[in-house]
Amino acid sequence: MNFFTRKKSASSAKERLQLVLVHDRTDLTPAQLEALKDDLLKAISKYIEIDPEAVQIGLERDGREQKLVADIPLRAVTRNRAG
Amino acid sequence: MTAQVITLTSGKGGVGKTTAVANLATALAMDGKRVVCMDGDIGLRNLDVVMGLENRIVYDIVDVIEGRCKLKQAMIRDKKLPEMYLIPAAQTRDKNAVSPSDMMRICNDLKPDFDFVIIDSPAGIERGFRNAIAPADKVLVVTNPEVSAVRDADRVVGILEAEEKGSPLLILNRLNPTLVKNNDMLSAEDVLDLLGIQLLGIVPEDENVVIGSNKGAPVVTDAKSRAGQAFRNIAKRLQGQDVPLMNLESQGGLWSAIQRLTGRK
Ligand SMILES: Nc1ncnc2c1ncn2[C@@H]1O[C@H](COP(=O)(O)OP(=O)(O)OP(=O)(O)O)[C@@H](O)[C@H]1O
Ligand SMILES: [Mg+2]
Repeated sequence: MNFFTRKKSASSAKERLQLVLVHDRTDLTPAQLEALKDDLLKAISKYIEIDPEAVQIGLERDGREQKLVADIPLRAVTRNRAG
Repeated sequence: MTAQVITLTSGKGGVGKTTAVANLATALAMDGKRVVCMDGDIGLRNLDVVMGLENRIVYDIVDVIEGRCKLKQAMIRDKKLPEMYLIPAAQTRDKNAVSPSDMMRICNDLKPDFDFVIIDSPAGIERGFRNAIAPADKVLVVTNPEVSAVRDADRVVGILEAEEKGSPLLILNRLNPTLVKNNDMLSAEDVLDLLGIQLLGIVPEDENVVIGSNKGAPVVTDAKSRAGQAFRNIAKRLQGQDVPLMNLESQGGLWSAIQRLTGRK
């Protein structure tokens, strides 16, 4: 690792802990969270058109509380679409 | 008088629970409080040597529970502080020799005669930990500013909340101000933000801790030690006094550099 570009280790420690703690506290593995996101997107797509690329779903901490936060931009409806 | 029962626990081993128990008990006794500490680490007895009382053990906590002696007979009085006692763990038994209700009963018997009962929990989240937290009025979680220690501390905080033991207070031990300054150690703010609990005190990394435990004299008895000062402050906070956090940077920086240059310790 290049000395000059090395990220100081305290920030790695904090970032890694933030992730680990969220998964520990919710008892949800990163793989399960991915599966949850997929299922959620499939369910939503049945009703409205969304841009899967723009979707952000993740666990967030608020003190000792965990939240599942989803930001799902909707695609503009094109009324004269075929079909 | 009815004692407050305080348990120190951590999840991860070796972060400084026993050191903290010995120092807080000693500091409280130095402030004139009547204190009894209990070693909850059955099979891995340690508090006795850290306090320098290992040669005086006759009975232990399992002898009390199994009726081989009276509670008073298992209480070892400190050499220097007559108002401080230790109830040692059994060395040749395992944690299943003690149950949470045994711990509650012993603490209830101690409460009328003391100001503080301080319990040293073993590492882990199993039987010994459950025994140690059962009688606690207040739980202190000890951790170090390291990834694995903070992670385990968070598990313990989660269990304490699920058990409705209330939110524990944090003792952050072995903080190295120089490393924090260079961004190579989690800061106290980082750890507090991650764990989401309240801070009781920060204890710096200090070689005097090892020197103290070599001698069986907790570092609070060393007036000059930084860690000793930190533990004395925490003991004051446990007595309800509002003591500001000490400035950990001053000593780690210039002052110790000057001391090194002039060859003073
Ligand atoms: N602030 C400190 N500065 C330097 N060394 C320390 C400090 N606190 C603790 N230590 C050292 O760390 C080691 C582990 O401490 P201690 O035995 O108190 O941990 P513990 O949490 O009780 O361990 P266990 O989980 O095995 O019971 C000891 O050698 C002790 O002297
Ligand atoms: Mg210990």
